[in-house]
Amino acid sequence: MENVEKEPLLSAKNIKLMTNPLGQENPITVQVLGICSALAVTVKMKPAIVMAVSVMVVLAVSNVVISAMRKSVPGRIRIIVQLVVIATMVIIVDQFLKAFAFDVSKQLSVFVGLIITNCIIMGRLEAFALANKPWPAFLDGMGNAGGYGLILIIVSFFRELFGSGTVLGFPVMEKLGLYKTGYEDNGMMILPPMALIVVGLIIWFQRSRNKSLIETR
Amino acid sequence: MNFLLKQIKKVKPHFEKGGRFEKLRSVFDGFETFIFVPEKVTSKGSHIRDYMDMKRTMTVVILALLPALLFGSYNIGLQHTRAFGIEGWSLMQMFWFGFLKILPLIIVSYGVGLGIEFVVAQLRGHEINEGYLVTGMLIPLIMPIDVPLWMVAVSVAFAVIIGKEIFGGTGMNILNPALTARAFLFFSYPGWMTGDSVWIEGLTKGTAVDGFSGATPLALAKLDEFDRMPSVTDMIIGTIPGSVGETSVIAILIGALILIATGVGSWRIMLSMTLGALGMGLLLNISGSSEYSQLPAYYHLIMGGFAFGAVFMATDPVTAAQTNTGKWIYGALTGIMVVIIRVFNPAYPEGTMLAILLMNVFAPLIDHFVVNANINRRLKRVKTT
Repeated sequence: MENVEKEPLLSAKNIKLMTNPLGQENPITVQVLGICSALAVTVKMKPAIVMAVSVMVVLAVSNVVISAMRKSVPGRIRIIVQLVVIATMVIIVDQFLKAFAFDVSKQLSVFVGLIITNCIIMGRLEAFALANKPWPAFLDGMGNAGGYGLILIIVSFFRELFGSGTVLGFPVMEKLGLYKTGYEDNGMMILPPMALIVVGLIIWFQRSRNKSLIETR
Repeated sequence: MNFLLKQIKKVKPHFEKGGRFEKLRSVFDGFETFIFVPEKVTSKGSHIRDYMDMKRTMTVVILALLPALLFGSYNIGLQHTRAFGIEGWSLMQMFWFGFLKILPLIIVSYGVGLGIEFVVAQLRGHEINEGYLVTGMLIPLIMPIDVPLWMVAVSVAFAVIIGKEIFGGTGMNILNPALTARAFLFFSYPGWMTGDSVWIEGLTKGTAVDGFSGATPLALAKLDEFDRMPSVTDMIIGTIPGSVGETSVIAILIGALILIATGVGSWRIMLSMTLGALGMGLLLNISGSSEYSQLPAYYHLIMGGFAFGAVFMATDPVTAAQTNTGKWIYGALTGIMVVIIRVFNPAYPEGTMLAILLMNVFAPLIDHFVVNANINRRLKRVKTT
């Protein structure tokens, strides 16, 4: 090792790698990646949380693996190498869910398998892991998956609350006695278009708070 | 009047820039121009003088909607007496009964919609404009009479915020706001927007007399029960179950005449939409295999919300195609889509709402091609000479 100067593990720069994707560079609301799964798995909170954790595991581990191999992978075949790594991780996660959380696995159905095609993962591998050391790559993976999961959980919270009247399966609306007053669950919240609208509202909210995100023409 | 004018002049400085109530400027402005003709005049260049500003346009549409509203009120009373076997109500009694049932819908629609418009105008520093006046009247007319008021409020809020203000307010929206409100309700609370009991006042709670069904002609047609459908005369006059304002073809035609005579509504869209639906209906008569497709084509014009949609919804100057050729294409495709959805889609008995919303989305594309075709045609002429 010629590089004697050592950076502390959690330097300000490294912390930023993790916190930036939560807000300022959020993969869903700012980069608008991984929208498809955000629409599909956010009907209830539980599958959304499981999905967020799965993506976090896949992204963090793949980032580390690719980052460790970055000097030995020839540029021309890097995409297929990345795909193999991602696919391996996804299969492991999928099998794990089937073994230990079968109900949720059934609810998520194909969407765990479709993590392979999630643009966020491929995007981070290409943009970050190929050019950085394993530790920053790990933090970057955690951060981006965290930003993705954060939006998933916010969206699924509203969709479950107004669409089914529950939060994590707990019947909030019923306990509040709203059904007796004539309140009804909103059927459109369960349909995918409403997830798109909720994501849009979050983007609207975020941009009105953080003016630097608004594109200048 | 002079007194009022003096009072307004007196408080005006407070609302100008730097005044005490500067933030409420657009509220003041809205009221001032609502009561008096604005005193601002263009100072430079040539300009056309016309009384047809947005306020006048909106007033004409409201006028055109009145026949449908009045008949709708009467029809609510009539359907109510039929459903519960009440006898001996006079015409005025039925009308008042229905009118008092619609009134809450109208109040909620205007209250919520205008409230949101006011707040947004303050936040953005826009001027309050009259864009909601027509939408607010259209929404009660396309609702089933028994729909709970809070649902109307939610759908109005959705339509005004998501359907209109996000895109920049009046004149910038892609989708017709009134239909957006209805579509939102339709998908959110299907139990209140479809079925046989929602169209008649009181039927969701009470039980009707034996042998009475609140099914609309469209619902009956969907079930292939054509012999139970009301007669053609009934459907044209409008004494059938349905949304408040959509049932009477005659009342809607009076409105259409007002719109066409004043030039507010586009006769091209109304005509082409009618022709499109007729054409598609005839095509199905020749080639269709199901019983529904053998229904005489003109039935599609008098069932459900077709007439109302063609006259008041598809002609919305903001969301329809802008070019004259585009209007023909837009209208014809809307008419064709209505019939296709009605006959072939198993889930939705009514296709007018969905067809118009779909074509709203395509209207800018149609205009784009029409404009480009015109440019190409003229370019060719230049090259040949």
